[in-house]
Amino acid sequence: MSEGMTPIVKNAARLVSGFIAVFGIYIALTGHISPGGGFAGGVILAAAAVLIVLAFGRAAAERIFTPSQCHLWDAAGAGLFLAVAVIGYFSGGFFVNFIGHISKGQVGKLFSGGTILVSNLFILIKVAAGLVGAFLALSAFRRMGADAAGGAIEGGQTA
Amino acid sequence: MMPFVPLLVILPLGAAFCVVAMAQVNWMRRLTAPLAIAAVLANLVISAMLLGFGDIRFFVGGWGPESAIGIELVCDGLSKLMAVTINLVALVAFVFAVPYMRRFTKVWLFDSLLLLMIGAMNGVVLAGDLFNLFVFLEIAAIASYALVAFGCEAEELEAAFKYMVLGTVGSAFILLGVTIIYSLTGQLNMAMVHSLLGKVGPGGPAVLLAAALLLSGLALKAAMVPFHAWLPDAHPSAPAPISAMLSGVLIKASGVYVMARIVFNVLGASDRLAVILMAMGTLSMLIGVLLAVGQWDIKRLLAYHSISQMGYVVLAIGAAAQVASRPSPDMALAGLCLFGGLFHLFNHAMFKSLLFLSSGSIEQQTGTRELKKMGGLARRMKVTSFCCRVGALSISGVPPFNGFFSKLIIIVALVLAGHEVLAALAVFVALVTLISFIKVQRYALEGAAADDRAANAVEAPVLMQAAMVVLAVICIVSGLAIVPLGEHVLGPAADALLGAGRLLSTGGAP
Amino acid sequence: MSTGIYILAFAVLLAGLYAIVAKKNIVKIIVGLLAVDYALNLMLVLVGYRTGGTPPILVEGQTPAKLAAAAVDPLPQAMVLTSIVIGLGLTALMVALGIRLYERYGTFDTNRIRRLRG
Repeated sequence: MSEGMTPIVKNAARLVSGFIAVFGIYIALTGHISPGGGFAGGVILAAAAVLIVLAFGRAAAERIFTPSQCHLWDAAGAGLFLAVAVIGYFSGGFFVNFIGHISKGQVGKLFSGGTILVSNLFILIKVAAGLVGAFLALSAFRRMGADAAGGAIEGGQTA
Repeated sequence: MMPFVPLLVILPLGAAFCVVAMAQVNWMRRLTAPLAIAAVLANLVISAMLLGFGDIRFFVGGWGPESAIGIELVCDGLSKLMAVTINLVALVAFVFAVPYMRRFTKVWLFDSLLLLMIGAMNGVVLAGDLFNLFVFLEIAAIASYALVAFGCEAEELEAAFKYMVLGTVGSAFILLGVTIIYSLTGQLNMAMVHSLLGKVGPGGPAVLLAAALLLSGLALKAAMVPFHAWLPDAHPSAPAPISAMLSGVLIKASGVYVMARIVFNVLGASDRLAVILMAMGTLSMLIGVLLAVGQWDIKRLLAYHSISQMGYVVLAIGAAAQVASRPSPDMALAGLCLFGGLFHLFNHAMFKSLLFLSSGSIEQQTGTRELKKMGGLARRMKVTSFCCRVGALSISGVPPFNGFFSKLIIIVALVLAGHEVLAALAVFVALVTLISFIKVQRYALEGAAADDRAANAVEAPVLMQAAMVVLAVICIVSGLAIVPLGEHVLGPAADALLGAGRLLSTGGAP
Repeated sequence: MSTGIYILAFAVLLAGLYAIVAKKNIVKIIVGLLAVDYALNLMLVLVGYRTGGTPPILVEGQTPAKLAAAAVDPLPQAMVLTSIVIGLGLTALMVALGIRLYERYGTFDTNRIRRLRG
């Protein structure tokens, strides 16, 4: 049984998934000057990864990102977010925008607004890793019922 | 002291993330349990230290008291009582879990989920505004759904699914209530909402709708009687330390505590709300204990008793609300009702966790939860059966254990408040509780062993024994030490509820 | 106009509650829970609506005072963002539980997933 979908889908996924990922990162990083932010960007980045898993099959995608790596990035993103909040302790209080004390935000500029940009980045990492990890875990279950209509549908599940 | 308040939430959350990260590296996996226990121990030390200081308000991010748009953490007497209870039971449950969870794989998942639940429960009792309360409530709830299903056996999954559906509906009601309150007042901070609602008028239809939705959602979280259907399935199916945490703290921190906060500090105690609380409490007391007597599965019996004892607490809180809302309120009597209710809340956390942990130890050593298949364990498992007896005597209200004092105070307060019928019902429920625990003693601890495995049961591992003994000692001591306990811990807690608006008002001292 | 949308959101909430209460298939119950979640989020966002308001984003040449007078309320939007994330976590957990239930019981029918009684 062939892994993943037809070559047309695979080539299209190869071309498009990079753009989707960049778009997701853009939305996350400009969260403080336009709608979006860390969570929305993370979901879009995860969608790029899910596209790869769907097009190439789970076994092939696992060579690129394994569930263990997803757990690690997930914990790292969340831990760094918490670290940013705790560092604020030393300059005021919990979660204080300590970079904002140094340089106030300017309207429309990317590198302004202090810790909001950094927090968005870490949330991006966490949400993307978390969603990809959840998707990989859910897709590991055995397929429901027997093969339908005798066709070889997308493969990539563990025995 | 103020900077230590958010640590109660940060430490378990940070430890949860570290556990997940450490578990991916093979040689670090064994360190996850000590790290978790260290985090919870630090939490317990901090919450014990906080007991000595007065009321603390902490503004996250420096969005200070002038503009009430920031996130506020409020640590008043009730929060401190709940924080100490939560962290104590959490520490004991974690220590118990170290040998108990060896039968499961991926124990690091259990550690991180339990740490998330503990951090979220600490957040619930510290939250000073409605929406953060809801968020922490949800985090604790989701972690508990996953923990109930941890063993992935068929019955555990079914129980977890039922719990999840009902819990989500309850959370939906709570969110709808918060939405309505926000649309009425434009504020989320609990103190500001209280002062604004006083102007809108306590009887307005929108406020009534919000109150009804909030109370329904919270009654579901606290397993009050029309909404109790998830508890008898979820609590027995979970692994024993999780049952102890769920029955011991989750239904209190996310159910009864939030109900008390909202009725007293947000909506303002009124007669209508008080009658609803008292009715739910009485129904839960009666129906819980009557359904419990006929159970033969030891954990299911304990779960039904949880419903009944929570009925006691809610009845006491409702009586206090009713007394406080009379035209000429007798605040001392309301304080007494609250004292009894909150003391019973603390006691129930102690003895119910003790009972669940000892039933978990029995289940691990004999392999069964059916009372008819056990027998004679008093001779072979001495420490476990001693702790089980202490727990059973405490819950039945036998002096000098702590259950006796708290039930006595509740019954006396009910009589003084003029509800003699309810006091008589409370005494009847206590008798039936005693009957059902005599049954547990007779079938599980005395008598002849009915099964091969029960006949060969040996004592549980040392850490499990240590956890149970700590709780048993607390059960004995807190009954005898009621005077200092009441003065330093319970008195401020009752004051925090009754002096509504005293601390939380914007004019209060920061 | 906004009253009509509130009524629609409430109708979705009721439809979700009906699905949770009356349907016997686990997947349908999950969909009902999702509908309840989305209806609540919609109602929460609607609370902050102001007729003819602008998005609450500060652009060049606008002062915060003018923004506060002209924009919709940003606080419900922050609340809804959090609520959507909570809903996402719940959905993932529900679907995982549903899949595992199918593995153990072999069916999605709640009439046959009934080993716990009493």
